[in-house]
Amino acid sequence: MNGAEPLFRMEGVSKRYGGVRALEKADLTVHAGRVHAILGENGAGKSTLIKIISGVVAPDEGRMTLDGREVTFPSPAAANRAGIVCIFQELSLIPDLSVADNIVISNAPTRFGMIDRRAQQRLAEDALARAGASDIHPKALVKDLPLSRRQMVEIAKALARNPRILILDEATSALTAADVTRVFEVLKRLRSEGLALLYISHRMHEIAELADECTVFRNGQKVDTYVAGSKTDNEVIEMMIGREYSHVFPPKPAAIASDKPPILETRHLSWTDRLKDISFNVRTGEVVGLGGLDGQGQRELLLALFGVLRGCSGEVLIDGTPVSIQSPATARSEQIGMALIPEDRKTEGLMLPMTVRDNLSFAALDRVSKNGIVDRAAEDRQIDEMIRLLAIRTAGTDIPVGALSGGNQQKVVIAKWLMRGPRIILLNDPTRGIDVGTKQEIYQLLRKLADAGAAIVFYSTDYDELIGCCDRVLVLYDGLVRRELVGEGITEHALVASALNIDDGAAAEPAAADA
Amino acid sequence: MKDWRYWLAEQRGTLLAFGIFVVMFTIYLVNHPAIENNGFTVNTVANVVQTASNKAVLLAFVAMAQTLVVITAGIDLSVGMIFILTNCLASWIVVGSPWQTALGVVGVLAAGLACGAVNGLIVIYGRLQPIVTTIATGAIYFGIALALRPFPGGDVNGDLADMLTGKIFGVVPASLVTLFAVVLIVWVPFKRSTVGRAAYAVGSSEAAAYMSGVPIRRARFAAYTLAGLLAAMGGLFLTFFTYTGEAAYASGNTYTLFSIAAVVLGGVSLFGGTGSAVGAVFGALAFRTIGDLLFVFDFDPLWQPLFQGVVLMLAVSLGAFGLFRVRNRLDWFA
Repeated sequence: MNGAEPLFRMEGVSKRYGGVRALEKADLTVHAGRVHAILGENGAGKSTLIKIISGVVAPDEGRMTLDGREVTFPSPAAANRAGIVCIFQELSLIPDLSVADNIVISNAPTRFGMIDRRAQQRLAEDALARAGASDIHPKALVKDLPLSRRQMVEIAKALARNPRILILDEATSALTAADVTRVFEVLKRLRSEGLALLYISHRMHEIAELADECTVFRNGQKVDTYVAGSKTDNEVIEMMIGREYSHVFPPKPAAIASDKPPILETRHLSWTDRLKDISFNVRTGEVVGLGGLDGQGQRELLLALFGVLRGCSGEVLIDGTPVSIQSPATARSEQIGMALIPEDRKTEGLMLPMTVRDNLSFAALDRVSKNGIVDRAAEDRQIDEMIRLLAIRTAGTDIPVGALSGGNQQKVVIAKWLMRGPRIILLNDPTRGIDVGTKQEIYQLLRKLADAGAAIVFYSTDYDELIGCCDRVLVLYDGLVRRELVGEGITEHALVASALNIDDGAAAEPAAADA
Repeated sequence: MKDWRYWLAEQRGTLLAFGIFVVMFTIYLVNHPAIENNGFTVNTVANVVQTASNKAVLLAFVAMAQTLVVITAGIDLSVGMIFILTNCLASWIVVGSPWQTALGVVGVLAAGLACGAVNGLIVIYGRLQPIVTTIATGAIYFGIALALRPFPGGDVNGDLADMLTGKIFGVVPASLVTLFAVVLIVWVPFKRSTVGRAAYAVGSSEAAAYMSGVPIRRARFAAYTLAGLLAAMGGLFLTFFTYTGEAAYASGNTYTLFSIAAVVLGGVSLFGGTGSAVGAVFGALAFRTIGDLLFVFDFDPLWQPLFQGVVLMLAVSLGAFGLFRVRNRLDWFA
């Protein structure tokens, strides 16, 4: 860790929010030409650290030096000018502007005081190419792009600013495996060009591939900095959570044969060109995974089941009887008993400014009220039970849910639906961007619910999760169920091969791509 | 997708407003008594267009003003009052020798800028809601207007007024040419400047704009200030048509509300981030034509508000037809 002068150094930096210490006397040293990974659970202080470096929040104490000179950043713009560019986990793109507009947003090329649109187009195409995303049209509106494409635009936008220090905060969490490969190539090239990269990710194998050195944070304090590869994954995870780490995934029960009709079945379900002739079933007690690359129809399938999509053809059967589900209100009714944990907890899952209590009881208001009046006692009982069941860490039920950490917010989304006691639980990538500890709790919970008689359909972009949690996995490709994997057959190799729509024999290439 | 398709998608609202305007204005022209009597001669058509455009540019200026603020996801309920205030001011100072008149015009426009700037500063630094801020400042501006003209009166430089409300080469209405020039001088540079883009960014997602280092305050300030300027252009033209200043409370409020209707008709989203002042101009022209249609069909003027409301409803519904094509119900809320 010696050698060249550090490019950027942080000493004794602390930050408090109210009474909560988000960061306590943190030190960090960043060198040019290296990838520095930051690890830690959510709430460990990583986000605060990043926000301080990139000028979003001001530290309470401590100092930062860039090239040996002390610096302060009163705004993200100031940090950008100093060459520090951050790709945030919460996307910073303007939805109503085009891709090109967004890429040059902070330093658009001008002629005679007006934006030179031809130069802008060139710059945008250039940046997209550098990010390995030439497939994105610079004139497309950001709001029309799927999440994974937006994330690539975000990366292109950062590159267009010619950063000296590039911070990636969970920047790969929404990307497909193929994109990750391309982004990694870009990052490695940037490293060789002398950039310093700060890399935050929950995906251990990404860090193993990319990082030169790692720093672990826990409870707002730095635990250790070490050279990448000098610790085993288990040692690292123990540093992060501060306890023994074993059995990430609960054991799967042996498959049970049953002659009862499946609780949920679809026959030839189709919707526009996104879902094609999908037939599958889920039995009570089963966890069925949806796999494949991002954007192959998994999200649409869940929305179709939940009654959000119009003009679906084909049949949906509950307990063997055909039903027509035309709205989420129908889907959640007693007869059907369906719940959907949505993809984006901030917009579709929660009302962020409202209290934990209000959010928890939204989906089950009819069950805790009589004649339209909410029975506060019954509501409290149920809420307390849910908070206990999911171990939601909150200072009380009357604080805004937006004040909770990401992992705990996600637990609230899940709990809110569990209050209805659903029989069929659909989950859309529920562990995206949340910490290892919470993930583990969610895995346990899913299995517990299945054992208690629920049927679970679980879409995840993380192959490890599908392998660890699911009894069966349907791999979707271009709106079709490409393959169904069962039990021992759910392997990373099989998942990747079928996700890329490659026959098993020729799977050597995708396996390498995923490494 | 080809480049032109992206362009088309971006201009959809503007083109729709243009289409509505063309259809309505054609109906208006064809049924106009002067044309029914004289046929489609250059002179008759030019006269009809002149009268129509002189009335419509007032709303067009105020609607452009509204657009700038609406793009930042705000709303300006004081535009109508700035319009009235500058009318009253103009009836005092846009008089006398050509030099005095020119100075007066500059003064009126500067007053509009100042009113807009005050709105902007309060919204930005006071962190108050635009809607409340501009209700309050609008009342203040009207108060000043009333102080300037407790009773209708005053005058304006007749030569300038006749020139700007007349016809160029006896064919093209000068007011329309002025409107076009203002679009070219104020709107186009704004839209293409970094500040203008920042205004769109703020309206679309303020948090993302902040994170991207976009000059949020400058964008807001520019939008409110230029809105004041455009409303003042409207006030100036009102004076040219009426030759007087009048602190008419009802008229100010009507212009404010109509400007919002025109903006929506012009395809500008009240949620901010999308739309164009050109669309709003066509929205304003179409909206005015709706009112005039009654006249050519010889309806009782008493029916005008009802009729105007119904046609506005229908026109705005056109823009909502897209919802029928939405196959994913979540997109209703996007």
